[in-house]
Amino acid sequence: MDLRQLFSNYLTLLFVGATFLSTSLVNAGEQRLVLTGSSTIAPVALEIGKRFEEQNPGVRVDVQTGGSSRGIADAHSGMADIGMASRELAASEQDLHAFPIALDGIALIVHSSNAISNLSNQQIIDIYTGKTTNWKQVGGADKSITVVNKAEGRSTLELFLGYFKLANSQIKASVVIGDNQQGIKTVAGNPFAIGYVSIGTAEYEASAGIPIKLLPMNSVIASVATVQQGEFPLSRPLNLVTREAPSGLVKQFIDFARSDAVSDLILDQYFVPLQAAKKP
Amino acid sequence: MNSSITNKTSITLALWSKNLSRDGITKMVLGLIASVAVLLLVLILFFLLLQSWPVLNITYLPLFFSSDGWHPLEGKFGLLPMLWATLAAGLGALVIALPLGLATAIFSLYMAPAPLARSLNLIVAILAGIPSVVYGLWGLTVIVPLINQWQAPGASLFAAMLILALMVLPTIAITTRSALGGLPISLQQAAASLALSRATTIIQVLLPAAKTGIRQGVLLALARALGETMAVLMVAGNVVQTPHSLFDSVRVLTANIALEMAYATDHHRAALFASGLLLMVLVSITLWLAVERTKNTTSARPNA
Repeated sequence: MDLRQLFSNYLTLLFVGATFLSTSLVNAGEQRLVLTGSSTIAPVALEIGKRFEEQNPGVRVDVQTGGSSRGIADAHSGMADIGMASRELAASEQDLHAFPIALDGIALIVHSSNAISNLSNQQIIDIYTGKTTNWKQVGGADKSITVVNKAEGRSTLELFLGYFKLANSQIKASVVIGDNQQGIKTVAGNPFAIGYVSIGTAEYEASAGIPIKLLPMNSVIASVATVQQGEFPLSRPLNLVTREAPSGLVKQFIDFARSDAVSDLILDQYFVPLQAAKKP
Repeated sequence: MNSSITNKTSITLALWSKNLSRDGITKMVLGLIASVAVLLLVLILFFLLLQSWPVLNITYLPLFFSSDGWHPLEGKFGLLPMLWATLAAGLGALVIALPLGLATAIFSLYMAPAPLARSLNLIVAILAGIPSVVYGLWGLTVIVPLINQWQAPGASLFAAMLILALMVLPTIAITTRSALGGLPISLQQAAASLALSRATTIIQVLLPAAKTGIRQGVLLALARALGETMAVLMVAGNVVQTPHSLFDSVRVLTANIALEMAYATDHHRAALFASGLLLMVLVSITLWLAVERTKNTTSARPNA
């Protein structure tokens, strides 16, 4: 799983390099669409862009990362045709137009044999910051807790830290993992571990019989459905942002990115597609 | 003995002058192809330098060694814990794999009946061919939970050493076998005529005679262990800390690059490339030792 991701990252690097080259050579007669912003959205935007290019010869989709703030700033200034922001627009940004293409949600998981079926936000914070080190302290077995955290830069980590208002250096992890599969295997192989992974993957693996349990958050069940309904707290929209109401090529791309034609690409990146999502 | 060597040399010389033009072409073509490999290496080095340039300066370089921890997004770039972990995992793997590799080679070469030796050699070759991600997956689902029952969290320096040992074992076994197999039969005959036992012959005569080749194999194995990424990433736990016990979760340099590169930007990204550069230097030194040590002993041989 991770190998494939590495490979696609490598392709991304190549692609970005090639894009820089081709832009510097100035390709006349070619329509360009520039997307900048969130590194969470960039990989999926890149894939959508490739498919869009295939279907629309002569169009070039250029995806650059730099964080949600850059996406919003670039959309504002017109540096980018479309900004990418993996969060809701703030009150001060309401002059922009936001179009969610998918949702990102994470679930806390424990081994299915773990007696714990519910943790409060404060209990989760205490476990992750090392104040709580034994399951006994939260009503479980007298066993020390294996805290599974994500590697720096991952969108799941960012969402987790943002939601619990933590800095990564405050977290006292026992194991740091890369992708979701590694997280699920680590928790499935350790009855006293706690971790968090993308909700779609966790739900799928749990239903396939892998011994993991998804914990509810604020008593909302962790599932793709509750994320789509906008009820699950540990989730966020992945937005494409524009300054003007979209028209022409920009509109065409945004409509494409929100259509069924790309839902496989969204699932590939462990995001939750919009289908059945509440209309804003 | 001496005259036959001289004869051979003169024949080779004659052939050489006769086919000079053809040899000249072959030499040029091969030289050209070889230089492509060298050029690629130089390009990779250049690329690494270019990418890590933003942190190769007086502001950032000290941070690699003085920062308290690795939190690139918070401006902390402490690489040392990962450097120690890399070295510990590599050397630990060698300590485990060396006796196993030597035993495998000696047994298959001198003691096993022919069919058993053949299947043993085949198994070692298969071990060498298993993709590292498969080792990693097996480690994550079998070894790590086993260690966890004993010492939490299971994903640890020890797990990394075990998996790496398994991965470098074929390198050591194969190079040792070929080093021992390349020894002149006269050594064994001489030992036999001195009525040395089998064990004494192997330990006191053959192994010392083959030590150059074995050492080379060990260094190649070390280079492989230092550079291994996927398998270690899956079993080592990846917490950035200086290892104080075998059961500490550690992160090695390669795993750090693989874990974070995909999402890294700016100085974080440059710091990852710099750690790649550091790793390349480390592996290069190991390989240089492997080559250099061999050269010294081969040139010393005629005098011996």
